Amino acid sequence: MTEKKTLKRFASVFLASSLIVGALAGCSSSEEEKTSSSGGSSSSDGDSSEVIKIGANLELSGSVASYGSSIGKGAELAVEEINAAGGIDGKQIELVKVDNKSENSEATNAAIKLATQDKVTAMIAPATSGNVIATAQIANQYKIPTVTASGTAPNVTENEDGSINDYVFRTCFIDPFQGIVAANFATELGAKNVAIYADNSSDYAKGLAASFKQQIEANGGKVVAEEAYVAKDVDFKSTLTNLKSKNPEFIFIPGYYEEVGLIVKQARELGIDVPLMGADGWDSPTLVELAGKDALNNTFITNHYSSQDPDKTIQGFVEAFQGKFNEAPNAFHALGYDTVYFIADAIKRAGSTDGEAIQKALAETTDLSLITGTFSVDEKHNPVKSATVLEYVDGNQKFNSKVNP
Amino acid sequence: MEWLQQLVNGISLGSIYALIALGYTMVYGIIKLINFAHGDVFMLGAFIGFYAIARWDLGFIPALIISMLLCAIIGVIIERVAYKRLRNATRIAALITAIGVSLLIEYTVIFFRGASPEAYPEVLANKSISILGASISTQSIMILAVTIVLMILLQFIVHKTKIGKAMRAVSHDADAARLMGINVDNTISATFAIGSALAGAAGVIFGIYYTRIDPLMGVLPGLKAFVAAVLGGIGSIPGAMVGGLVLGVVETIVSAIGYSLWRDAAAFVILILILILKPSGIFGKNAREKV
Repeated sequence: MTEKKTLKRFASVFLASSLIVGALAGCSSSEEEKTSSSGGSSSSDGDSSEVIKIGANLELSGSVASYGSSIGKGAELAVEEINAAGGIDGKQIELVKVDNKSENSEATNAAIKLATQDKVTAMIAPATSGNVIATAQIANQYKIPTVTASGTAPNVTENEDGSINDYVFRTCFIDPFQGIVAANFATELGAKNVAIYADNSSDYAKGLAASFKQQIEANGGKVVAEEAYVAKDVDFKSTLTNLKSKNPEFIFIPGYYEEVGLIVKQARELGIDVPLMGADGWDSPTLVELAGKDALNNTFITNHYSSQDPDKTIQGFVEAFQGKFNEAPNAFHALGYDTVYFIADAIKRAGSTDGEAIQKALAETTDLSLITGTFSVDEKHNPVKSATVLEYVDGNQKFNSKVNP
Repeated sequence: MEWLQQLVNGISLGSIYALIALGYTMVYGIIKLINFAHGDVFMLGAFIGFYAIARWDLGFIPALIISMLLCAIIGVIIERVAYKRLRNATRIAALITAIGVSLLIEYTVIFFRGASPEAYPEVLANKSISILGASISTQSIMILAVTIVLMILLQFIVHKTKIGKAMRAVSHDADAARLMGINVDNTISATFAIGSALAGAAGVIFGIYYTRIDPLMGVLPGLKAFVAAVLGGIGSIPGAMVGGLVLGVVETIVSAIGYSLWRDAAAFVILILILILKPSGIFGKNAREKV
C-alpha cells in the first residue's frame, strides 16, 4: 500500500472513530467489560501504579464471535490464576475487553480506545489476521506491545516489503507451518501420490496448499492433481469425480469447516476412501454435523493443541478451565490463556510497564513453556513451536501425535 | 466410467435448478414479472423442511408436503401484499419491488435465527450403488424420482385441470380471459402458489442432498434457475425443465474438465449468449409484441 493511501485510510478511520467516541461518550462504560481479577477488591481504587492493564481487542460479536469470545475466556482464566498467585511483581492484572464486532474498522477503533483512553500496558490483538493487521499501525504508533492469539497469516507480523511490525507478536504458529506438518504426516502414512483441493477464495488456504506442495515434493512425493473451489460452493461432486480418477493416496483439503464438511461427505459418497487432511480451519462442531460421523473417519487435522493430550500441564489446564466455565477448552481457549502468560512473562522480565522494554522482552522470549507448546520467538516475531495432529474417530477428535518444527 | 458419474452429478444438480426455474417461468408467463424473491422462497422451503425434520421428527415425505404447503401460502402472501397493486405499474417498478421482497425475506430470517448455517439431518438412508463403475447414492435416485413425479403432476395440473386451463388463458391474454369470466386475480395467486410450492420442494431436496442450508443460500441457485428459465425459453414449462437439466450438466462438465472456478461464470456466459443469439430460448414461442 502506498503511503498516501495509508495516510488517507488512517485519517478516515481517525475521523470516524472520533465521531463514534463523541457519540458514545455518554454510554461508553456499557461498551466495555472490565474483568477485574481477584474479587475486584484491589482494583477498585483505580490507582494505575497498582494494576497492570491489559487490553483485549476481541471479536465478541459478529461473524467470528466464537473465536474472540473463546480467547477472552482463556485470557480471563489466566489473569485470575496470575492474580491469585500474587500478580506480576506484586501488581495485579486488569483485563479490559473491547468488542470489535468482527470488523476491521471497529478493530482499529477499539485499539485507539485502548491506547488513548484506557492507557493499557499491552494488548491482546483480535483473533483473525485481517483484524490484527487493522490494529498493527496503532500498536506501533503508541508503542503498545500487541499479541494475537490466533492470527496465523504470515503478514500479521511481517509486512509485504519484508519489514517487521515491531510491536506485533503472536502466540500461534503461522499458516505455512501447518502445510509442512500435513505433508510430513502424509509421507509418514506412506502416501506418494497426493492431491490438493483448496479454497481459492482464502489466502489462508492458498498459503497452506503452497507450503504443503513444496514440502511433499521435497519428501519425494508427487502432487497428481490440484483443484480449487470457492467459499459458499455446495456442489463438489464433479471436481471430486475428477480427483478420484487420478487415484491419489491422500488428499489435502485446506479450507474452512462450512465447505470442508460438504466436501468430505460428497467424497465418501463417491467412494473416495483415502485419508483426507486439513488444518485448524476444520475445527468446529459444525464440521461433524455437515459431514456425518462415518464420513469423517480416516480424516486428520493439524491444530494448536488437543484437550486429550496426556501431558500433565495440559490436563491441569483442562481441569481448571472446566471448573470455571464448565466446558472442555478448545484451541482458542488455550491460545487466549497462553497469550496472557506470554505477555505476563515479558512484563516480568522487562521489570517495568514501559512499552519499549516489554517489546524487547517479548522478542527475546526463549523456551517459554505454555499449554500450546514450548516456544521461542524468531526474528519475524513468530513462535517456533510444535503442532498437534488430531484424528476424527466417530465424530470425536482423538489425539494422534505431536509434530515438532 | 467417469463420464457416467459426471452425468449423474449433473442431472442431480440440474433437477434442483429445474424445480426452481419452473416457478420463475410460470410467474413470468402469467404476469411478465421476474420474481427475484423466488430464490428466497426456495430458502424458506429448505428451512421449513429442516425444522419439520429436526424439531418435529417428521419423515422426508411429510416434511416435503408441509414445506410445499407453507411455501404456497407464503408465495400467495407475497403476491397479494407486494405485487398485486403493481400489476399496472411499469415493469421496472415491479422488478425493483421483487428485489426488495427478496432482501426483506433474507434479512428477516437472519434477524430471527442468525446467519449461521444449519446441517440437514440425514433423513433418507444413504447408500451408494455401483452401476457401471459410477457410484450413485440412493439419495440422488430418490431425489430424481421426486422431481420427476412433481414435474408430471405439474404437467397434469396445467393441461388437464380447470385451473390449469385458466392459467394458460390468463397467460395468453389477461383481458380476454377476464371477459370470458375467468377470475384473473385468483388464477395469478394459484400460479404463485404452485410455483412457490415447487420452490419449497426444491429447498427440501437441496437440503437433503447438499446438507448445508443458510439464509442466503437462495441467492445463487435463484439466479442460476433464472438462467435456466431463460435458456429453456422463459414462460415455457418444458423449457424450464430442459433448461435446468442442461445448465446442471454444463456446469458439471466445466468442473470436470478442470475449470471448477469458472463454473459460476459458465452459467452467466450461457445467459449472455442466449440473450444475444436466441432471446426466446430453446422452447420459446416467437416473441409477439403486443401494442
